[in-house]
Amino acid sequence: MNIVVCVKQVPDTWSEKKLNPADNTLDRGATDPVMNEMDEYAVEEALRLQEASGGEVTVLCMGPESATETVRKALSMGADKAIHVLDDGLHGSDALATSLALSKALGTTSYDLVLLGSESSDARMSVIPAMLAERLGLPQLTFAKEVTVAADGGSVTIKRLTDEGYQVVEASLPAVVSVVEKINEPRYPSFKGIMAAKKKPVETLSLADLGVDGGDVGTAGASSAVESFETAPPRQAGTVVKDEGDGTVGAQKLVEFLAGKKFV
Amino acid sequence: MAVERSLPTEESVELLALTRELCRDELAPKAAAYEAEGRFPREVFRTLGKAGLLGLPYDEKYGGGEQPYEVYLQVVEELAAVWGTVAEGVSVHTLSCFPVAKYGTDEQRDRWLPDMVGGELLGAYCLSEPQSGSDAAALTTRAVLRDGGYVVDGTKAWITHGGEADFYNLMVRTSDEGARGISCLLAPADTPGLAAATPERKMGFKGSTTAQIVLTGATVPADRLIGEEGQGFPIALAALDGGRLGIAACAVGLAQGALDTAVSYAKERKQFGRAIIDFQGLSFMLADMATGVEAGRALYLAAARRRDRGQPFGKQAAMAKLFCTDMAMRVTTDAVQVLGGYGYVEDYPVERFLREAKALQIVEGTNQIQRVVIGRHLAKE
Repeated sequence: MNIVVCVKQVPDTWSEKKLNPADNTLDRGATDPVMNEMDEYAVEEALRLQEASGGEVTVLCMGPESATETVRKALSMGADKAIHVLDDGLHGSDALATSLALSKALGTTSYDLVLLGSESSDARMSVIPAMLAERLGLPQLTFAKEVTVAADGGSVTIKRLTDEGYQVVEASLPAVVSVVEKINEPRYPSFKGIMAAKKKPVETLSLADLGVDGGDVGTAGASSAVESFETAPPRQAGTVVKDEGDGTVGAQKLVEFLAGKKFV
Repeated sequence: MAVERSLPTEESVELLALTRELCRDELAPKAAAYEAEGRFPREVFRTLGKAGLLGLPYDEKYGGGEQPYEVYLQVVEELAAVWGTVAEGVSVHTLSCFPVAKYGTDEQRDRWLPDMVGGELLGAYCLSEPQSGSDAAALTTRAVLRDGGYVVDGTKAWITHGGEADFYNLMVRTSDEGARGISCLLAPADTPGLAAATPERKMGFKGSTTAQIVLTGATVPADRLIGEEGQGFPIALAALDGGRLGIAACAVGLAQGALDTAVSYAKERKQFGRAIIDFQGLSFMLADMATGVEAGRALYLAAARRRDRGQPFGKQAAMAKLFCTDMAMRVTTDAVQVLGGYGYVEDYPVERFLREAKALQIVEGTNQIQRVVIGRHLAKE
């Protein structure tokens, strides 16, 4: 079974993110780039499925030159090869454009399963899995906390995480499956993996290679745009609730506060 | 704040990045609690083994990373900046693989090295005895060849990983010819008659197990003799040359850890209306600490590069061990001073670094023995 895992490079989750005032897009140079954490779980799941039933794991990444580090990390973890969609014209692409480019890139390879994290830690829109499935005309199984592929390779069953518990959802293959953190514990790359990754093939594809019109992607093709932004004001001092001595007034105020915010 | 390093290859840059990731996610969250409980982090060593950090300087064909000492030692240094027990453990394990890797026959290497350097096994190195420390050649643990096996009786002391290790390098006496009567045996942990005593109660490195290894008629098969009979002492000394560089790297790492804590504290701590780093008396102290750390790093790396080029490096290794561990003692003591009362309590790691630095002035040849080694080189040259 051949699996494609989509991975995204994002600013380090814990760093302070900035927008670039020139075009109101994320300033990627201002922070340390890392692999989107949720995508690490998708890579891990792909590797586990491969260990169980063979086949190839291909990493698919759309991003600037620096995203080669994220591609390399996925290869170091154990993926077999990679496709890097790299084109300056993609800068500023929104989710619709991203799903277009990714779907075209998927068209250049054969696969039984597409795995990806259910959201990225930067934009957090959580729409790419659905958009991708729609563009590819494939079933979408989202928020998987467990993935099982049938022995005959014909179908996939997931446990889909919900607020109350989980749903069991099944689809025929090929399919698009997005995963949540509960699904596994991603492995560290090993030093051997790092060495091996250097020899693994990475195919770089431009918009022209994909047959995508430059007007459909990037800042020009975006259906939403950031008009302006301001830095967040410094946090205001919090409300201090003083207990008046008998222990009830302060408690009462705290309860009212929590109830007012619907915490209790 | 990550140390800026000049590394020789792209792969070594990625190796150091992997090391930092492991430090942040696997070591840092556990270090303080494990040290307080005196708990040995066996699972952390397994994780490092899986990542390939337990055999970095050894040949790729045996599962090692085939990295120069220059790179391997900087990995050890990064580990030590977060958790000395783990860094020292990696250094001791690497030392324990050296006799087979360097002096073993092809057959011995093929048979044992892959599990030792490419897996998750942990090694121990047994030279010292209760009555034989600096005077290592005075060891009395006796091995007698009988029916195809060495029957070993005696006690080895101060054994890092004693009771936790999967294999033990035993330096034993096979004849009465002083330093020429010592041989090296590679004993698996399950050797009948090999047992660990109750672990020592130490001042620092409390997460690391140190215990005596008691050998009572322990029989080690004769094909586990490494090198020739009588070659044990030169093997032990050659292993220690590399081991001393590991200790020097550990010392620089924990000094760096103490310095980082002290600098960030001094920037945040305000007294008399300003950050204490703005007081010259304190900033001069930090400047001296930082200078010591850089000098120590430069010295152990200079020795490592000699080793990597195949040049003699015993004198430089002794100098690095001596200088870096004395420097770490001073820097960690000053770091406690910078933090004042906060430095003396366990809420900050600097008092732990101080306790660890003290051990490094003693292990793998006391700093007085290092001076003996350096002095002998000077006399010979």
